[in-house]
Amino acid sequence: MFRHAIPALALAALACAAHAQTAPTETTPAPTVATLGKLEIAEPFARATLPNQPVAGGYLTITNTGETDDTLVGVSSAAADRMEIHEMAMEGDVMQMRELADGLPIPAGGTVTLAPGGYHVMFMDLAGPLAEGDAVALTLRFAEAGEVSVAMPVLGQTAVSATDGE
Amino acid sequence: MQLTSKTVPVAIAGGVAIALALTAGWVRVREPRLNPPVADTLGQGDYVLAATDGTTFTEETLHGATSAVFFGFTHCPEVCPTTLGEIAVWQEALAEDGEALRVFFITVDPERDTQDVLGDYVSWVPGVTGVTGSRAEIDKAIESFRVHAQKVPLEGGGYTMDHSAFVLLFDAEGRLDAPIGYREDPGRAIAKIRELIG
Repeated sequence: MFRHAIPALALAALACAAHAQTAPTETTPAPTVATLGKLEIAEPFARATLPNQPVAGGYLTITNTGETDDTLVGVSSAAADRMEIHEMAMEGDVMQMRELADGLPIPAGGTVTLAPGGYHVMFMDLAGPLAEGDAVALTLRFAEAGEVSVAMPVLGQTAVSATDGE
Repeated sequence: MQLTSKTVPVAIAGGVAIALALTAGWVRVREPRLNPPVADTLGQGDYVLAATDGTTFTEETLHGATSAVFFGFTHCPEVCPTTLGEIAVWQEALAEDGEALRVFFITVDPERDTQDVLGDYVSWVPGVTGVTGSRAEIDKAIESFRVHAQKVPLEGGGYTMDHSAFVLLFDAEGRLDAPIGYREDPGRAIAKIRELIG
């Protein structure tokens, strides 16, 4: 009986994490998919692209458990000719997109979330469409820690978190 | 009153305050009486654009049936796909009552969004027609609809676009009814559309 109850509780916790977007991420640690030194990568996902959509956003959470600041300085993938680190912001009703030319700081002891509506890694000149159910291999490059590879699952076109559709 | 080093700044400040008050009065009270409300003129202009269904898109297109207008572009990683996804949800809800909304997706990036590219891009959402044209005609439409669109160069080459992210709803007379904000609650958005379709 308990064996069944535990996965159910875990699922419930994931569901809560997905919906309580304003809750601090520290209270519901996401499962880590890759570790690089003191950096933990969790909840990677991208969204399926529309016909002729040549770009896409990729999302993930990076936690720095160390005592040294780091910076995400580059991203690459065979799925795209070029990748950049961007920040999207709404200025009133206007969507603004900015490239983070100096990278995205990952402060010591901090968690940085790349999520729809904010930071994202941008796939530019996609080699082909991103299809739901696929996964794209991504290499993240940090100024201090070096490089790490992550498999980024492609979710539905309207997914807002890594647990959407589970 | 004698003009001293103390009274001069006070006098200047007073003068500025009066001028500001007069300007505010003009902008808030007088000007709207001279100019027709924005809702009556928004979207009107002499732009001539090409719709992906082979028709021509002009200010006349907004007459005759309720419609929604969105300005976007295909090199758009998030706002445009999300908005099209939401429009698909609205259409699904409207279809339950046998209703449908005409939606025009006007590109702010006509250099890259040709009729073919745009046609496929919007093809999967029922009722959505892509609209493109020359840079000059698109700029006229951007001005007529009072939306914001700006090219932003990217360091590695190429560019992206900043742009207004709302959907504008027009009644069958081509008059602006209401905007629907980016990621506005679908229930509220659908209620706005239903009210308009009546």
